[in-house]
Amino acid sequence: MEKGKNEAILTMNHVTVVFGGLTAVNDFCIDIQRGELVGLIGPNGAGKTTVFNAITGQYIPAKGEIFFEGREITGLKPDRITKYGIARTFQNVRLFSELSVLDNVLVSYHARIKSSFWEAIFHTPRYLREERTFYNGGMELLERVGLAEMAGETAGSLPYGQQRRLEIARALATGPRLLLLDEPAAGMNPEETRQLMDFIKRIRDEFGLTILLIEHDMKVVMGICERIRVLDYGISIAEGTPAEIQANPRVIEAYLGEEERENAEA
Amino acid sequence: MKREWRMPLTILSIAIFALFIWWAQNHLNAYYIRVLSTAAIYIVAAVAYNLINGVTGQFSLGPNGFMALGGFTVALLVLPVSQKQIVYFLQPLIWPFNSFSLPQSLFIVALLLAGIVAAIGGIIIGFPTLRLKGDYLAIATFGFGEIIFVLANNLISITNGALGIKGIPEYSTLMWTWGWAIFSIIVVSNLAKSSYGRAMKAIREDEIAAEAMGINVFFHKMLAFTVSAFFAGVAGGLLATLITTVSPSLFMFTMTFNLLIIIVLGGLGSITGSAITAVLFAFLQELLRTVEAPIQLGPIHLPGVAGMRMVVFSLLLILAMLFYRRGLFGRKELSWDLILSIFERKGEGVGTTWKKEKMKLS
Repeated sequence: MEKGKNEAILTMNHVTVVFGGLTAVNDFCIDIQRGELVGLIGPNGAGKTTVFNAITGQYIPAKGEIFFEGREITGLKPDRITKYGIARTFQNVRLFSELSVLDNVLVSYHARIKSSFWEAIFHTPRYLREERTFYNGGMELLERVGLAEMAGETAGSLPYGQQRRLEIARALATGPRLLLLDEPAAGMNPEETRQLMDFIKRIRDEFGLTILLIEHDMKVVMGICERIRVLDYGISIAEGTPAEIQANPRVIEAYLGEEERENAEA
Repeated sequence: MKREWRMPLTILSIAIFALFIWWAQNHLNAYYIRVLSTAAIYIVAAVAYNLINGVTGQFSLGPNGFMALGGFTVALLVLPVSQKQIVYFLQPLIWPFNSFSLPQSLFIVALLLAGIVAAIGGIIIGFPTLRLKGDYLAIATFGFGEIIFVLANNLISITNGALGIKGIPEYSTLMWTWGWAIFSIIVVSNLAKSSYGRAMKAIREDEIAAEAMGINVFFHKMLAFTVSAFFAGVAGGLLATLITTVSPSLFMFTMTFNLLIIIVLGGLGSITGSAITAVLFAFLQELLRTVEAPIQLGPIHLPGVAGMRMVVFSLLLILAMLFYRRGLFGRKELSWDLILSIFERKGEGVGTTWKKEKMKLS
């Protein structure tokens, strides 16, 4: 078997995140293979976003460790983790709303800057070259995600669907290999959701990404994820293909509630 | 407007302005020179203050402390040795300051050292406080300003205490003050427009998102804070050699309050906005002296009240907060494009320009 293909890009071993007395995520283990599109689902408050925050360094796990491409990243600062190649979007859009669409994307290139701030202040040729590279890269990226026309607009003035798209573009601009999407379809209408599903599949292929996504919209999860993990009260209760998850009685119970299950059976 | 035109236009207008400054130094009377110099010093301090408060969005209340560091540094460096012996009669000045003084030709060294001392102060204060957010940072930096005030009052063998240092040579000519004003505008606005500045603005907009996009938040806050402290220090040094005396009371919180009025009225985050309001502020401060004089309105006699000017400024600030929250310029910069767009009214988006450039290349 090819080595690169079967090597896990992200490994989480027995990760536990605690807030005071509350265990938000308990003994969470997962292996994500390169190129996979994995869904993380569960009822509200199940700890899905906490898993994201643990991966990206916003929270430090009380127990367990996290490996990315074979390198331990547990407890590192978020900006370090992003530089290693993990990018994310947020559940409630967190754009730099007063900055232009282009600047939102350009911020993500900054971590790669080689010129010092002296060179940036005094416009040395090396800095101007780098700035030009960033600018072209940013515009290229905006064109690929269909936002090039709005490059000069203020990010906060975009319609909601495009703001979500810009958030993904901004994450892509950091040059990630693993992309974490936190409820990308939240607040979208069916048409926008359909476009988003195509968009996610397309960027996965075009940018060679591995994607882990949290989503409540079952159409999205079942439509694009190859593997799904289900969380409830911080504990993993099931894992499998969309078909397996849909048939799993524990999932139906946790997710839809006892009543729904009875209705489904009737 | 063609990109290639901007640079020559800027250089040309700076040259014309330099000529004006040279003319003003030689032909205007001392009063106007003083007001113009004060305006330039306000520019240096306000532009720097705006970098941390407006661009990076970190509410600092410490610039008076940094200006004090710079002011006392320059005073100690340039005060002639004979004058030092006269001034420090309570307690002698400590070594090595009692044994030398920099000649006028090395004034630039004194100013740079003032900036560096303030910048080091900025780093020391920034380390613990820049981890704090919002109100907490404001309180901590306010505390810093007060600590400097108390130290300046009590380290008598360095600062001469509450009596202050008198007889500082008057080195701050219009060329010096306006040279630094223009230099600070160029440096700070280049920094704010650069990739580093984008990172700072990202921190202002959303710290968590900025960090998640790979921005080292602490480093960039520190960078803004240190650059800001450097220029505040220089401004303090220029002020010391303009009014020829420094004392702890010169750098009280009122100084920070003045700068806060300037940057808020000019537009938080707009460097050119701060520069323009700094000049307006300096001139208004003079014009409003009339409100402090006794006024005879027909039969009504209003006695003169010292400090009335600050009431007017405070009212202006309140009115701006109520009706014009974004200030004069908001977050826009005064640029050739902005000036021209007033006449032309047809702007091209970044996207279309980029496409045109791309088409030219292919």
